Amino acid sequence: MAEGKPGTGFWAQALRIAGKDLAIEWRSREILATSAFLAVVVVLVFSFAFVVGGVAPPPTVVAGILWVAILISGVVGLGRTFDRERDGDAIRALLLSPVPRTAIYAGKLMATVVLMLGVELAVTVLVTVFFNARVGDNAGAIAALLLLGTIGFATVGSVFSAALLRARSRDVLLSTLLYPIVVPLLIAGARGTSNLLDPTPDYDAAAFWTQFMAAVDVIFLVVGAWAFEPIVSGD
Amino acid sequence: MIPIDSTGMGGASPAPATISPRPGPGGTAPLTVESVGKVFGRHRALAGISTAMNAGEITAILGPNGAGKSTLLAIVSTLQAPTSGAVRWGDVELRRGSPARAALGYVGHDPGLYMDLGALANLTLFAALYGVPDGPARAATLLERVGLGGAPMQAPVRTFSRGMLQRLGLARALVHEPSILLFDEPSAALDPAGVTWLGTELQRERDKGRVVVLVTHDLDAAAALAEHVLILRRGRVVRDERRPGPWGAAHLRAAYEESCRG
Repeated sequence: MAEGKPGTGFWAQALRIAGKDLAIEWRSREILATSAFLAVVVVLVFSFAFVVGGVAPPPTVVAGILWVAILISGVVGLGRTFDRERDGDAIRALLLSPVPRTAIYAGKLMATVVLMLGVELAVTVLVTVFFNARVGDNAGAIAALLLLGTIGFATVGSVFSAALLRARSRDVLLSTLLYPIVVPLLIAGARGTSNLLDPTPDYDAAAFWTQFMAAVDVIFLVVGAWAFEPIVSGD
Repeated sequence: MIPIDSTGMGGASPAPATISPRPGPGGTAPLTVESVGKVFGRHRALAGISTAMNAGEITAILGPNGAGKSTLLAIVSTLQAPTSGAVRWGDVELRRGSPARAALGYVGHDPGLYMDLGALANLTLFAALYGVPDGPARAATLLERVGLGGAPMQAPVRTFSRGMLQRLGLARALVHEPSILLFDEPSAALDPAGVTWLGTELQRERDKGRVVVLVTHDLDAAAALAEHVLILRRGRVVRDERRPGPWGAAHLRAAYEESCRG
């Protein structure tokens, strides 16, 4: 077995940590199953409430349902991703390794984004079916909104999840802390999606919200990368 | 009581750690704690701790609850920064961000493993994080060494017994051949056979010339294993003493009680 020395650069380590999280999820399918189940329940409940006499609600409502389902299921997935670091005190071993803390952050962030996007795919299909939404007409633009929203959500969520690793009521606290901060993303995502689902899409408005989300993501990324090290180190 | 194995059996050993400070007088660099203090808010957990922990020697850190043992170990391991003072390995300061951190191995009462991954996957992951060449082969060697060669490799380690997890935790700590090994209550919840095995492993690592630091409440284990005893009380060193051989349980217990009295 003549395997060389593995890469220890920033991105090699970040990808290794993301790969580890995805490998764990592949074995257990716990996050995908619970998040997807929760998202499906949310969409079903809304469909019973808003689809009356076979008439789908307007795009503004459908977009809101899509983003609320993503938000609720995302918190569950995020919490569980970090619970796996707490089990067996794996986080201590990880922090003791020579991997830069920002690479750990980047790895956790990438894994969370991939897992959330998997759930979002299922949720989007369900919303399309249950609410007769015109997702296919602007699939690329809606996918961009979802990607930006997911990155922003995971960026902040990873920092808070790390901060709450040893907190007792971390599930409740995570939602309490995270929801108010990601409200701008939720509003922008819902408005942008609504603009695109409309029978006469407003592309200018959708572009504005897309750019707004990209700007928020950049701010969240910079602050998240800066805050992760002291937070995870307990300084 | 942990029996002493003075044979110093050596296992298959990969390339040594690439980061090494200038050796001390004993040939291998000692770990020195220089006036280390730690304050949490208004509570002073450690006050001016100074000591030296030599290579090829087991240092036992003892003391009642709240004495600052775990805080000191957290600072030595670089997981916490001291409020004052420094920890050095030879002439290299050990702190967060220092490349010399790669010389540290840590075993706590929790195994420090991903419970949903298999044993081999865990060790291979940590080997990669430390940049160990030929990680899977190194992992397989270590699994044999800690007696887990026959364990189900694909099963999530959460299905392992406490003793198996502790063996795997030691293998994880050794995967990068650290020069400094830190143990925080490693025998907690182990059965007598596991405690015996762990004692043998500690001696084996000491005999390889590593700095071995053991935080424990188990005075019998410390008496059997340690050459150097550091007793803390209320964040201060109340005894720092070396003996050429084992301390003897009765003698250490008397020294401990005398140090912690008052």
